[in-house]
Amino acid sequence: MLSQDSTAQIDKELAKYPADQRRAAVMSALRIVQAEQGWLSKEAIADVANYLGIPEIAALEVATFYNMYELEPVGKYKLTVCTNISCLLRDSQEIVEHLESCLGVHCGETTADGKFTLREGECMGACGGAPLLHINNTDMHEFLTPEKIDALLAGLK
Amino acid sequence: MLQIEIDGKAVEVEHGSTIIEAADKLGIPIPRFCYHKKLSVAANCRMCLVQVEKFAKPLPACATPVSDGMKIFTRSEAAVDAQKSVMEFLLINHPLDCPICDQGGECELQDIAVGYGASKTRYTEEKRVVLNKNIGPLVATDMTRCIQCTRCVRFLKEVGGMMELGLINRGEHAEITAYVDKSVDSELSGNIIDLCPVGALTSKPFRYTARPWELARRPTISAHDALGSQLEMHVKNNRVLRTIPREKESINECWISDRDRFAYEGLNSDERLTVPMIRRGDQWVETDWQSALEFASSRIKDAVAREGGNALGVLVSPNSTMEEGFLAKKIARELGCGNVDHRLRRSDFRLDGHFQGTPWMGCNIPDVQDMDRVLIIGSNLRNEHPLLTHRLRQAVRLNAAEISVVNALEDDPLMRVAFKNTCSPDDTINFLLQLLKAMSGLQRLSLCLPPTLNGLLEDVVVSNNAQAMAESLAGHGKDYDLVNPRSAVFLGNMAQQHPRYSEMYSLAEAISALCGATFGVLSEAANRVGLDLARVLPSSGALNARTMLEQPRSAYLLVNVEPEVDCHNAQLVNQALAAAGCVVAMTAYKSSALREADVLLPVTPYTESSGTFMSMEGRVQSFTAVAKPLGEARPGWKVLRVLGNLLGLSGFEYDSSEQVKNEIFGGEKPSRVVWNRLNNNLRELTEVNAKVRTESLQRVGEVPLYESDAIVRRAPSLQKMAAKKPVVAAMNAKLLAQLGLQDGELVKVSQGNGSVRLAAKCDDRVADYCVRVPICAQTAALGDLYGEIQVERAA
Amino acid sequence: MANEVCFRTLDLPNPASLETYRSIGGYETLKRIVTEKVPATEIINQVKISGLRGRGGAGFPTGLKWSFMPRYYDGEKYLVCNSDEGEPGTFKDRDIIRYNPHQVIEGMAIAAYTMGVRTGYNYIHGEIWAEYQIFERALEEARAAGFLGENLFGTNFSFNLFAHHGYGAYICGEETALIESIEGKKGQPRFKPPFPASYGVFGKPTNVNNTESYASIPYIMQHGGQAFQDLGVPNSGGTKIFSVSGHVEKPGNFEIGMGTPFPDLLALAGGVWKGRKLKAVIPGGSSTAVVPADMMMQCTMDYDSISKVGKSSLGAGSVIVMDESTDMVKALSRLSYFYYEESCGQCTPCREGTGWLWRVVRRIAEGKGRPEDLELLTDVSNNISGRTICALGDAAATPVISFIKHFRPEFEYYIEHGRSMLAA
Ligand SMILES: Cc1cc2nc3c(=O)[nH]c(=O)nc-3n(C[C@H](O)[C@H](O)[C@H](O)COP(=O)(O)O)c2cc1C
Ligand code: SF4
Ligand code: FES
Repeated sequence: MLSQDSTAQIDKELAKYPADQRRAAVMSALRIVQAEQGWLSKEAIADVANYLGIPEIAALEVATFYNMYELEPVGKYKLTVCTNISCLLRDSQEIVEHLESCLGVHCGETTADGKFTLREGECMGACGGAPLLHINNTDMHEFLTPEKIDALLAGLK
Repeated sequence: MLQIEIDGKAVEVEHGSTIIEAADKLGIPIPRFCYHKKLSVAANCRMCLVQVEKFAKPLPACATPVSDGMKIFTRSEAAVDAQKSVMEFLLINHPLDCPICDQGGECELQDIAVGYGASKTRYTEEKRVVLNKNIGPLVATDMTRCIQCTRCVRFLKEVGGMMELGLINRGEHAEITAYVDKSVDSELSGNIIDLCPVGALTSKPFRYTARPWELARRPTISAHDALGSQLEMHVKNNRVLRTIPREKESINECWISDRDRFAYEGLNSDERLTVPMIRRGDQWVETDWQSALEFASSRIKDAVAREGGNALGVLVSPNSTMEEGFLAKKIARELGCGNVDHRLRRSDFRLDGHFQGTPWMGCNIPDVQDMDRVLIIGSNLRNEHPLLTHRLRQAVRLNAAEISVVNALEDDPLMRVAFKNTCSPDDTINFLLQLLKAMSGLQRLSLCLPPTLNGLLEDVVVSNNAQAMAESLAGHGKDYDLVNPRSAVFLGNMAQQHPRYSEMYSLAEAISALCGATFGVLSEAANRVGLDLARVLPSSGALNARTMLEQPRSAYLLVNVEPEVDCHNAQLVNQALAAAGCVVAMTAYKSSALREADVLLPVTPYTESSGTFMSMEGRVQSFTAVAKPLGEARPGWKVLRVLGNLLGLSGFEYDSSEQVKNEIFGGEKPSRVVWNRLNNNLRELTEVNAKVRTESLQRVGEVPLYESDAIVRRAPSLQKMAAKKPVVAAMNAKLLAQLGLQDGELVKVSQGNGSVRLAAKCDDRVADYCVRVPICAQTAALGDLYGEIQVERAA
Repeated sequence: MANEVCFRTLDLPNPASLETYRSIGGYETLKRIVTEKVPATEIINQVKISGLRGRGGAGFPTGLKWSFMPRYYDGEKYLVCNSDEGEPGTFKDRDIIRYNPHQVIEGMAIAAYTMGVRTGYNYIHGEIWAEYQIFERALEEARAAGFLGENLFGTNFSFNLFAHHGYGAYICGEETALIESIEGKKGQPRFKPPFPASYGVFGKPTNVNNTESYASIPYIMQHGGQAFQDLGVPNSGGTKIFSVSGHVEKPGNFEIGMGTPFPDLLALAGGVWKGRKLKAVIPGGSSTAVVPADMMMQCTMDYDSISKVGKSSLGAGSVIVMDESTDMVKALSRLSYFYYEESCGQCTPCREGTGWLWRVVRRIAEGKGRPEDLELLTDVSNNISGRTICALGDAAATPVISFIKHFRPEFEYYIEHGRSMLAA
């Protein structure tokens, strides 16, 4: 079931589109539910589909197409490091390696305590700040160095 | 018209056609995978790339509209180069396992690869493997073979009406799937097997049973609804192993329903009756034809000798061929018996004698797609007429047709319904009266109503809904062509089985007359119209399918009937047969429903016989056997012929079913006879009883999709689909609460002197005061399909 | 002269606020146009004169595009702003939204007025959440101040604008994929024709422009088309924001006149970092052809020069700088992975071909290359190019072809020795 808070937020998104185009809000609805539940379970996707009155498979198509939806549980903090060309040129590899050694996991994995998930990401449209990472799809941290990473991790409770 | 040139041939093509349409018309082959003439254009496979003068890049023929003066090259170096490269891409991740693939030998990819593929692959990296899916009992999947053409996805969405498959993930990981563990439930799902150009979607029941080249392919007709779909049955070792559609644009286009596709499994059922059997006390004893027929004829003769022709009742399944029905009737008439009927699930015969001809659908099948407003009365559309429903769906989808539905069930027809009235069967009459009154009140339709009706309408109060529906149907306020109205009023199976069918019919006819709409009956069964035309009906004053049971006969001849599931009232038919001294059953199956019979004569299903069906649009279609009779079973018409001989009747010297058919049509061309006889008009209006009100609970006895006839009931894969919808007593939440019941609770459902225990189910699609209890073996202890019913908590 | 058009507020305090934007005359142009009922043809004419070409990458003349929108169409029409920049090397739209969102809004409102549109969407790249929020806030401000909404300035012109947040798919930058995405579908590009101008959002006529394109409009309409054109060079009017990333001392966005010599831009970005030598530049975002240093140093930053002298394209003005230490095989491998990862998967050559390209390049980079691989890569690239629904196929092929073309010995060395020649 979607929480009242989620449906309230989804309703706000729905207002952006014509009344007969509820489907248009599916991306934000999935985002909202993911923000609340941490990831998108099959039930959550079905709930979103039913709330919007679209076929469940249509919502699943969307949830599996866009990178930032999580279809499996992730850690409390999902760290996505951009490794694309501009970041690569500015040693994002070093950042990834540093994170891997600090967290003891490889990219794509979650720490045993469920706190961190490490990801490699595609271009985030902020190449000027390379190398950079993204926490939980929202907080961008640019001009990373191993020292900055240490401070960042220390700050994530 | 536009002038274009394809491969040097100058041609004229219609404005708006695409290159591939133009080429297809000319018979110029352009390879394709994603394109399908009946589906939206996806242009994703890129196989159809062709060269077009003045364009630097090759263009997809399927998506490129022609323009005047266009010069197209489908076989030039540039075109072939593009096509070959696409083929190479398609093959890099496709398993090269044709020898073990079920599609082998009939694979579009294989066929085209032969023409375009390179002999050696340049791809040496790892190949993609896709997790397989289980999408139900009908369609087998091997998703690693999928080439992502999305035909299946588009079919289910656009034709099936519901998006049940999707392409999830992206890029190379894109894969076709249903939602998580869901199966595909569309009643048209089997068509995705035909659509899939590779072996990703194949027939589960057919899988591994034969290679395509081992199969004899024989044409036939569908026997499971009244559309007359054209089929091809594939036979190996005298067993039908597969059914596919034959393309017939004006009937089934290139589709068939799952019922038509998988019913063949019932032909190979273990329950097939292969030798004649006679009952001795409580024992069934196998016997030879001679003894069985002599036994049958002597018993019938005895009864007739004792009591006259009226001793006999003849019930013919509406799925019987015209020949079978005609001969059964002929036997009866020769014996001086008028009690013949094929309308086994009817209960209201008050219109008999009032018809001007044989009722039919009133138009042709493709016309339905062009309608812009349609009223459907008493039909569970998707169950009753799966493919006709698709035509209606296209009318809605492509022409924005307005559909109105009046029914006791609100099952989703998977199309937008503009107006609906969901009410109890009895209330339907009240609503139709409102509709009629509203219609007659619409100014521009100031036709006069017959005085008989006019009086009736005086006290009728028109609801807003009836007013709106009438306005829609009349095209009020719309820019419709009143001279050539594209509107229709159809009566469905549930209407025909309704105890007030005569009133529904009269009112529907009057409503359609007022707005100039086509009026028609969407017949049940494969051959209801044909048997009516062959007058397999009671003669004047004789007993009909119901009175034959209400006033039990001494002897019955049953032609292809499984009494308790094929008749309107199971209790009634079981009692009548139990009381009869002689019941002769011609049947393809050993059936517990035939426990009261005295002799079982093994007749073939229609696939092992020749014969004729007439569809609801009046199309006469004769067919020949696709397989030899199983065991000692014989075609029904032959058995009836011999029975006629043994009964000492004259006029039974037929050598072929063709001769019987000729006799039916009086030696004339069938079409000529048909067009003279099809007529939905009544000679005069019958009594219409307004203000029908019953406070009691009413049964809505629907015929489930896979309970429609004996063959379907024995098709295991279809039954697996049916098993997903358990038999329940369904009612809306309001009624459930009123009866103090919980959803899922066990209840005792009683009718007359019989009762069954079923789970109660909350189903808000059921009208107030109605309980939906389907017809099937499990509910065979009950009575009328429509009538009073009691529901109480099971003790 | 820098930061004159889209970055006008950059050096002011609180640059994204309505107050700041109004302090430089923001929304005055819109108000004038709407209240004086400036004819649409006049506006389109000015935009044509300005020489503004689409800043999203394709460089299609904006004025001309606007003229394709059906004028007399009764029914909804839509305006879409493409802020989905996800092309590696591109990060200018993010800064426009971050520092000057109101100029995008005003530009869109003027466009909406011109094309008779009532509803617009700004599709914002999934990864820039903070900017999405900034834009939402700006929309609130603009609505509250009466610059968006019904009957603006007391006229019968109404314009409602909403933000739509992407969620991680490069392909949604392609305008028809973006339209599908707004409709709540997967971002799979549509086959064109029909073009968005006749069949766009919800099947209605739609005009799509890049953020920078819209943000240039208020300037053009304030100062006249010619003034904008004069900021640049013939055939490349106006200023352009160049996003400089990679091996430079001061990566960042620089809004400068079109036609600025590349060495000047490089200098603005602090020059090649660590005192190293320039090896190559990808001048317009990852899907444009790589240009070797010597060729690049001859270029001026405008459409014609980059294409004639650099044999590449200006694209979205995303300048990726690579110094002498760059392993071109590894760089290409990463780029090829990107296209493989981002292919929407609907059309065969791209779905199958991008994976093929990446796997072969990766194999070479892992030291397992084969002599025939370079011909194979070129051939597969050519087989993708021009045969797909959208230009992502070409975008995937171009780096492969150009990297091999310009840096073939590096690839050959890898194949022969199983390692990079740079290490040698
Ligand atoms: C694969 C691909 C990605 C694209 N990404 C973007 C993008 O991120 N931002 C953008 O404005 N245009 C992008 N485009 C171009 C758009 O399709 C479109 O041409 C542009 O938004 C039009 O706006 P403009 O004329 O103002 O440039 C992309 C095109 C392709 C083929
Ligand atoms: S080229 Fe690639 S991204 Fe573009 S439509 Fe085809 S598969 Fe999708
Ligand atoms: S048939 Fe034309 S692209 Fe598939």
